[in-house]
Amino acid sequence: MCLSIPSKVVRISEDKTMCTVDTMGVQRDANLMMMDDDDVKVGDYVLLHIGFVMNKIDEEEALASIDTYKEILELMDEEQRRQTILDDDNCAERGSI
Amino acid sequence: METLELKNLYDDFRDGETIKAYAKIIAEDAAELERPINIMEVCGGHTHTIMKFGLPQLMPENINFIHGPGCPVCIMPKERIDHAYVLAMQPDVILVTLGDMIKVPGSNGSLQDARSKGADVRFVYSPMECLKIAEENPDKTVIFFAIGFETTTPMTAVLLDQVIKQKVPNILFHINHVTVPEVMKELIDSRDIHVDSYNNKIDAFLGPSHVSVISGAKIYEAFPRDYGRPVVVSGFEPVDVMEGISMIVKQFVEKRCELEVQYKRVVTYEGNLNSQKLMNTYFDKVSLFRWRGLGNVPDSGLKLKEAFADYDAEVVYKDVLPIAEIEDHKLCICGDILRGMAKPPECTIFGTACKPTTPIGSCMVSSEGACAAYYKYGNLI
Repeated sequence: MCLSIPSKVVRISEDKTMCTVDTMGVQRDANLMMMDDDDVKVGDYVLLHIGFVMNKIDEEEALASIDTYKEILELMDEEQRRQTILDDDNCAERGSI
Repeated sequence: METLELKNLYDDFRDGETIKAYAKIIAEDAAELERPINIMEVCGGHTHTIMKFGLPQLMPENINFIHGPGCPVCIMPKERIDHAYVLAMQPDVILVTLGDMIKVPGSNGSLQDARSKGADVRFVYSPMECLKIAEENPDKTVIFFAIGFETTTPMTAVLLDQVIKQKVPNILFHINHVTVPEVMKELIDSRDIHVDSYNNKIDAFLGPSHVSVISGAKIYEAFPRDYGRPVVVSGFEPVDVMEGISMIVKQFVEKRCELEVQYKRVVTYEGNLNSQKLMNTYFDKVSLFRWRGLGNVPDSGLKLKEAFADYDAEVVYKDVLPIAEIEDHKLCICGDILRGMAKPPECTIFGTACKPTTPIGSCMVSSEGACAAYYKYGNLI
């Protein structure tokens, strides 16, 4: 039952009870009644669950997570590079050349 | 300035290189652990991600996943399914429910079986569809068989709120909502024959994230504070789960025991206050709710407040609903699996008599059940 596919709000009904969201290019309607009035605006990213908007996806936090992942990858690359150099230095065959 | 795009959210949180990078960090940190640690992912959504992306294979030997009771379909006792079956068979009733509930066998059969006998049983994607069904069938009573944890409870509350406001005369509710912290406490607290083993098994929890979107991370405060179990609330994407595990391992290495949130992009400490208000308006705790496989868990269920008894199918159909408790199949070890005491392949009927097409235990019925996940992604074990 738990899907965590994020969706972008593209339209909000006049009475603010419903919105239309875009999820991977598919548009569908979602209920806004779990959210406070004016909590969600067009352009926001939201988390849906069984037809309801459960909460907004915090853009700053999402980007921060992605940045953290990228930092780890960069570190890993650096680590791999360092390891390669160390391996090269320790190469057992070097002395035999 | 970089802006968030859907592509980031899909691709980056499933990126294979990032997952491997996290695996390396976890392995490095885990090398410093004094003892192996067992991490229980409470939520079936996490179980599904862990199995689908083969995360157990990426773990060092001293990090072990155990699978908790977080699948609303799996934990539904047979007597509640029998209630649904009996209600569905009543004249002029349309029984409406969510998810895989329709396939779970009760003692007379599943809701699918009731449908084959002529009952009007419908599966909906959203509870709000009940309003349309009720409007289109004014001569019928629509009974919403409500299931799920804190995640789905506010949706049921919104539906009832609308039924009252719109004066819809023909929708009733059969409430089977259960709460997560109480069952987590039960897994640690139980004072039966398993107690010593439990206390040795669960070292930390990967906190259910959608529950926390609604109720806030605050609901897990007691676990690090009173039970000495760290909790990291994590998202469902594989990278989220890996980061959550990494955060747990770091806590053990650094000898910390805290509540942390990995899934900060949606989970706050306080949660969705509007939803909490709605739930408090319509629901009370029940003193005991019997979980399939786990037995009675104190304060873990919800019911409609007495003021809304007119909408309560359990009150309205009291005379026809069975009251007997029904034991689980004796060969099924779903109970031990839900308690983190056993893994699906340890069950003698796993994959033989019990398969997704012919489920005997509830952990096999729902796609979020641990047995179904092991069966489907078995080649990854």
